[in-house]
Amino acid sequence: MATLILMPRLSPTMEEGVLVKWTKKEGDAIAPGDIIAEVETDKANMDFPLEDEGVLLKLLVAAGATVKLGDPVAVLGVAGEDPASALAGIAPAPAAAVAAAPAAVDKAKPATETVAAKPATETVAEQPAPKAAAPVAAPTADTSDGRIKSSPLARKIAADKGVDLAGVTGTGPGGRVVKRDVVDAKPAAVTVKQTQVTPGVDTLTPASPMRKTIAKRLVDAKREIPHIYLVADATVDKLLVLREELNTLRAEDGVKISVNDLVVKAMALALRRIPEANVSWTADGLLRHGRVDISVAVSVTDGLITPVLRNAAERPLAELSTEMKALAERARAKKLKPEEYTGGTASVTNLGMFGVREFCAIINPPEAVILAVGATEKRPMVVEVNGRDEVTVARRMTLTLSCDHRVVDGVLGAKLLAEVVRFLEHPLALVL
Amino acid sequence: MAAWDLAILGGGPGGYVAAIRAAQLGMKVLVVEKDALGGICANWGCIPTKALLRSAELIELLRHADELGVSVENVKPDFGKTIARSRTIAGKQEKGVAFLFKKNKIEHVKASGKLALQNGRARLIVDGKPIDAKNVIVATGARPRGLPGLEHDGKLIISYHEAMSLETQPKTLVIIGAGAIGVEFAYYYNQVGTKVTLIEAMPQILPIEDGEVSAAVQKSFSKQGIDVLVGAKVGSVKPGPGGVVVDVTDGKGARTINADLCLLAVGVRGNSDGIGLEEVGVKLERGFIAIDHKTYATSAPGIYAIGDVVGGAMLAHKASAEGVACVEGLAGHSVHAVDYDSIPGCTYCRPEVASVGLTEERAKKEGLKFKVGRFPFKASGKAMAASETEGFVKVIIGEPYGEILGAHFLGGAATDMVATLTLAKTAELTADEILTTVFAHPTFAEAIKESVADAFGEAIDI
Repeated sequence: MATLILMPRLSPTMEEGVLVKWTKKEGDAIAPGDIIAEVETDKANMDFPLEDEGVLLKLLVAAGATVKLGDPVAVLGVAGEDPASALAGIAPAPAAAVAAAPAAVDKAKPATETVAAKPATETVAEQPAPKAAAPVAAPTADTSDGRIKSSPLARKIAADKGVDLAGVTGTGPGGRVVKRDVVDAKPAAVTVKQTQVTPGVDTLTPASPMRKTIAKRLVDAKREIPHIYLVADATVDKLLVLREELNTLRAEDGVKISVNDLVVKAMALALRRIPEANVSWTADGLLRHGRVDISVAVSVTDGLITPVLRNAAERPLAELSTEMKALAERARAKKLKPEEYTGGTASVTNLGMFGVREFCAIINPPEAVILAVGATEKRPMVVEVNGRDEVTVARRMTLTLSCDHRVVDGVLGAKLLAEVVRFLEHPLALVL
Repeated sequence: MAAWDLAILGGGPGGYVAAIRAAQLGMKVLVVEKDALGGICANWGCIPTKALLRSAELIELLRHADELGVSVENVKPDFGKTIARSRTIAGKQEKGVAFLFKKNKIEHVKASGKLALQNGRARLIVDGKPIDAKNVIVATGARPRGLPGLEHDGKLIISYHEAMSLETQPKTLVIIGAGAIGVEFAYYYNQVGTKVTLIEAMPQILPIEDGEVSAAVQKSFSKQGIDVLVGAKVGSVKPGPGGVVVDVTDGKGARTINADLCLLAVGVRGNSDGIGLEEVGVKLERGFIAIDHKTYATSAPGIYAIGDVVGGAMLAHKASAEGVACVEGLAGHSVHAVDYDSIPGCTYCRPEVASVGLTEERAKKEGLKFKVGRFPFKASGKAMAASETEGFVKVIIGEPYGEILGAHFLGGAATDMVATLTLAKTAELTADEILTTVFAHPTFAEAIKESVADAFGEAIDI
């Protein structure tokens, strides 16, 4: 009895295929496993094998035609049989043959048609060939939902043999890769030998109160404050020379001024010059601070804290430096009093000593600006000498100013940052 | 257009299930069945014997009720009533199938059918008229077979058919063949008070079961008072004074057993004769229809075959599974072949026997690498509470991947428990998945997990 041969699923995602060429012609005898056509799928050109035997009575589509999945492409039967018996149920005019057939077939898909179709023609799709043909190059398992359906046993065998499941055709329910699909599969061409690793153990530690506070404050700050980041480089050769001289001069007094002390002082002075930036956004309005108190980030065990250097613009550098050391020490000992780490009007944070070139800091509310200080390093710099550009080596430092855009706009922030750079590049002003 | 999309010859568990599935898929279906719908299973097999065995079980339980603090005196089996009840249940089964046919608009012709060639095409002929069907499924089942020189006569040498419908209870019964049928009748007749001799030619009763299981059932049967002869060859069964005389030779020598009746239960043969199979070009292999095990197509176009008549395990659920797979294939569904390595088998004597997959002996013979795990119901709290400590679960676990090669159940709720590991085996789960599954406590089924754990030396309660 004549049966329809339907376009099989030759790739997992195939919706339709181009029948590139027929490798069998009408009247050819077909043995199970014979390739009757070549089909271009969305993935590759695939052989179209038949699992039935019989005679190819009629080809319903011409080479080059695009055929939807499950639509008839040919009629199989016994020699001399009339293909019309298979077509009767589907095409209004079987005589319309090649060109018209797919279109005509498209509309009619009654239940009776499925009865007429022999099962093997459909199952070809999921079992293109027996075991031997299954491995690597075959179309892949059904991954339409993003995972490869496979049995636990198949996964274990595949892992053991180094077979990549993605390259295996699944013949189980719904294209599931089962044992028979992997037992004869070849390992992936390039198998990466995996180093045996003893995985580390995950541990869960309750968050300390400080950690919780940091987490909450930073989340609030980052969520609430529209940050903008301004980046500028400062040439600090003079600053470093000054620092050297100061420290040598006052060595017997125990003065040891750090680069950070100088930056804090520069920031404070800059804020004095640009008082519009020494502000806070509050519910009641813009609060412009009369004092310049600089919060300085200090890393401590399990967190960080920002002790405040009061009136940093007005007080001498040596005094600020000494106080900073004391505050940092007390911070690390966790002995700071609340009034020692609250009430700043702007912050300085410095990761330069860890080699960080530049970074963007999160604003420490209710402050509106924070200056992130990068490493001082020798960098090539283009300078003009006698009207000609020359490359020279300078010690440079990258500064990033984070501003609360609600109160400090880009231009205002830029002015502040320019002042900081100016003080750092003309450091004598820091000791005036 | 053909009058029928599908005609099915035979209305047993293969045919009727195929018919209903086909109707669900929109086919117009005709079933040709000369006897009762439901076939041997519903009428002369699975179900009526389970009715008899329930009576036998109750008798056994009542005799031991004392242990459980229930005093029952004068436990008296009523053979006639057990038979009558079994027949009533069979009748209900038949009506149930008839109702399902009506519901699914399946037509049943109560007639014989055969195949013949008409105009070069194989057709099903009923009452001399060809049935105009697109496809035909042959599901004619099987019938009891005899041995060379030893055939059923329906009077002294009976088959299961007579054994479940006798009017008079035999005082003595010789059962030849200790497969599922022989063993179930041995248990039943022994419990209702017949003196039973069970003869098996193979070295163990239930020859296809795992050796440990068979040995345990044999021991239990002997304890229950059944004479069990294994490795025993039956010379002849002749009419004798008041019944039959059975000549039998086993390891202990030749002897003669006198009995009222002889139940010959040595197996079945496919109903492949007299229905025109050869005439239409359907090839047979050793009396069974040769088929493609994926499509169930025979060598004749348009003719398919399923169930006992195609050979393999002679089981209702195997026939039903084939029927569904065959019909879904015909309807153009993508078919996943029946997993013939994972068809469970059950024997409903007490202790109950159930298994799926390979026995330990078979796994060894195939040269497989495996571990064996066991868990005895003696160590099960639920079994102790239920006073059902006989038996065990035994699993054959493949190495190195831990797949279930075989599972064997004796006692407890064996025939229901086998479903768990059949599922595991079919889905290709491994020991890891079973060991990470939480089994309810207290249950007989806990023994499943424990047996798997035992294969790795990790069982908790032993």
